[in-house]
Amino acid sequence: MAYAIEMLGITKEFPGIKANDQVDLKVREGEIHALLGENGAGKSTLMSVLFGLYQPEEGEIKVRGEKVEITDPKVADKLGIGMVHQHFKLVEDFTVTENIILGDEPRKSFRRIDMKSARDKVKEISDLYGLRVEADAKIIDISVGMQQRAEILKTLYRKADILILDEPTAVLTPQEIRELMKIMKDLVKEGKTIVLITHKLREIKEVADRCTVLRKGKYIGTVDVAETSEEEMAEMMVGREVSFEVKKEPAKPKEVVLQLKDLWVKDSRKLDAVKGLSLEVRAGEITSIAGIDGNGQSELMEAITGLREVEKGSIILNGESIEKLSTRQKTLKGIGHIPEDRQKRGLVLDFNLEENMILQTYFQAPFSKNGILQFDEIRKFSDDRIKEFDVRSGQGSVSSARGMSGGNQQKAIVARELYRSPDLLIAAQPTRGLDVGAIEYIHERLIEERDKGRAILLMSLELDEVLNLSDRIAVIYEGEIVDIVQADKTDENQLGLMMAGSKKKEVEEVE
Amino acid sequence: MNKLRNFLANEANHSFLIPIIAIALGFLAGSVIMIFSGLNPIDLFTSFIRAVTGINLPNLFTAGSAFNARYFGEFFVYSIPLILTGLSVSFAFRTGLFNIGGEGQVMIGALAASYAGLMLSLPPVIFPVVVLLAGATGGAFWGFIPGILKAKFRVHEVVVTIMLNYTALYVSNYYIRALPESSSTRTADLPARATLQSDFLSSITNNSRLHWGFLVVIVCAVLFYFIINKTTFGYELKSVGFNPLASEYAGMKVQRNAALSMTIAGALSGLAGAILVVGTFGYGRVLGSFENYGFDGIAVALVGGSTALGSVLAGLLFGGLKASQTIMQISRIPRDIAIIIIAIIIVFVAMKYPIKQALIKLKVEEGEQ
Repeated sequence: MAYAIEMLGITKEFPGIKANDQVDLKVREGEIHALLGENGAGKSTLMSVLFGLYQPEEGEIKVRGEKVEITDPKVADKLGIGMVHQHFKLVEDFTVTENIILGDEPRKSFRRIDMKSARDKVKEISDLYGLRVEADAKIIDISVGMQQRAEILKTLYRKADILILDEPTAVLTPQEIRELMKIMKDLVKEGKTIVLITHKLREIKEVADRCTVLRKGKYIGTVDVAETSEEEMAEMMVGREVSFEVKKEPAKPKEVVLQLKDLWVKDSRKLDAVKGLSLEVRAGEITSIAGIDGNGQSELMEAITGLREVEKGSIILNGESIEKLSTRQKTLKGIGHIPEDRQKRGLVLDFNLEENMILQTYFQAPFSKNGILQFDEIRKFSDDRIKEFDVRSGQGSVSSARGMSGGNQQKAIVARELYRSPDLLIAAQPTRGLDVGAIEYIHERLIEERDKGRAILLMSLELDEVLNLSDRIAVIYEGEIVDIVQADKTDENQLGLMMAGSKKKEVEEVE
Repeated sequence: MNKLRNFLANEANHSFLIPIIAIALGFLAGSVIMIFSGLNPIDLFTSFIRAVTGINLPNLFTAGSAFNARYFGEFFVYSIPLILTGLSVSFAFRTGLFNIGGEGQVMIGALAASYAGLMLSLPPVIFPVVVLLAGATGGAFWGFIPGILKAKFRVHEVVVTIMLNYTALYVSNYYIRALPESSSTRTADLPARATLQSDFLSSITNNSRLHWGFLVVIVCAVLFYFIINKTTFGYELKSVGFNPLASEYAGMKVQRNAALSMTIAGALSGLAGAILVVGTFGYGRVLGSFENYGFDGIAVALVGGSTALGSVLAGLLFGGLKASQTIMQISRIPRDIAIIIIAIIIVFVAMKYPIKQALIKLKVEEGEQ
């Protein structure tokens, strides 16, 4: 079978590291080829080389059997290679059609844009591949799933027949993921070739034909997906055996630690984001908030931790009303918080690791004496946490936080938050963007905290994580709790439908 | 050679290498411009050396006077306010704020110092200290206004400080003239015991205007270093400057810190203004326009990397360049050359990323000899 893309012996170095070291990637025409690897394994670098963003030091690239020099993305474009980035590159105030034709507009006389033929073309492609985009809708008004389909359409409009999809499912709901899988299969049926960058094994299993695995910049191998189990692929990716199941005993819930009563919170645009929400979180139990991004869960987390004002209602921690308290006071009362965005909230990236380790406690003994920082104590504390949580960084306590990998940044935050042993731990997307090894580790530590009798409120957009980790699941939809279910008595399907707004009972009736 | 290349490529050394390279390039560009204007660039360097050390190189082995300590003293007189406004801009910048209002804070500081010096009567030693504190308080108040507006109403401090510079100019001119015995250009002389002027310092520097203000600079620079690097307050300020969202998450009062930081920055500029009154001149002045102490402070902070030591060194450099302008005019070099050099240094410091990249490329590769 002919190869659409052959990348042979690609080596790309950055100061200090070989991001790609003699990597081979051979993608057959008409297949879905998965590119699997942990964060920092070199997937993005390899694709950037293919897309002309980086020039490799060694190696050659063949497209449809012919040797090519891809000096910049325009060359890739001409070769029919299109890329859908993880973060969409769309103009929010433009319509779908305007975004798609941007930079390649059909013209009428006097350089006027021929919108009619553009719209027809967009509709034609949309129908051909079942993309179902609304050609005249503005990007801000359509769902994330449709935005992504618009991105795919954009590459097709430019006549790409080799599509690179970078972590396409990270932002989608389970239903949207299923839809995307179908679209990918349809695209291949129409003769397109797809390279799928991901670290989600289940998706590979579902759609991909073959899979190339990278680890630490090196080529590990290419396997036939049908003949390889998820466990085998995970092992290739991580370099050791990985367990997917989170091992945990049944929870022993105790007293109520956090109680939310008729809570109202506004979002940054001053619209109601949390609408009269009530919820109880018990000690010794992981309660999770499941929902599609943007249904008020972020605002809820921020309200509990004091980062966002509570409009109405009460937050009761260990029997005491705390909704009026400041973040500092809440922290001191025993709330730990693993924030949703570790780089924006969780760390001061320009500080070194030890300075980040004392972010909430810098003013307390033993780190401060009469307002003067005690650097010996800080170093000792930081070194201990680094050892305890196996935080890996170039220079230990004095490494810059910015230079650390996402997984180690997150470990540092978890180490800091768990050390204070808070009665209530708010964990917002604690494993977002992390690789299998780091996820496993953080999950274990959260379970450990639960078993110590702490209350944990988990917010996650990953259904796998919600199902695996939590004991009780509260499904949030448009700022309200739709229903609360036991984690072991529900499944992805049911949750997915509830996340789209149906009550559990209705779901059961449908089934 | 390889050692040198690796030293230059090491990013840990870049914080001081980049300003040094920028300064060298600034002088180089200044020399090139002089050559094109038909001037001798050597005069530039001899003027600068003469301004900073008092040594007159061309006269070194001739009968002419080879050393004049007055230049050395004047060099410090020029540098003192620049270092203080540099520290002021640096302090605000560490909290992520741009203090463009140094100019106005200097003027209000000078106004407050003039009033304190002329209206009060206190014993020696205590008197100048009180006058300095009055100046610092005046500047602090002028910094507090944009600080509190930022904290309470999210008004951008750049807009407010720029407008307050003009306000300060007219307010201070009005009130300086309103003082009894003021002429249309200046106040009466401050009583000698209220000033920092010193016959002793003046005598050892051949009648320069050198005054005790340099002690104030040393105290401020040490305090700056101590607060920023050693205290929890400094930790908070830096945290807020680097990442306000994470600071909020950590429970710090981001807005309060912003207001405090601007107030302290204002106090430092206010001190510069007070020193102009009680040190350099000995009287309060009516100003026709800005004197650029506050704006030069921005350049000092930029070149000094917003650190205490960096601001002192950069302040000395710019003070030296200012002091050499008069000497350059003697050699018939237009004083604009010094201004051009300062401008070019700033441009190169602002271009630190390309310089950094160029330095990193010097790294000796393994296997390469």
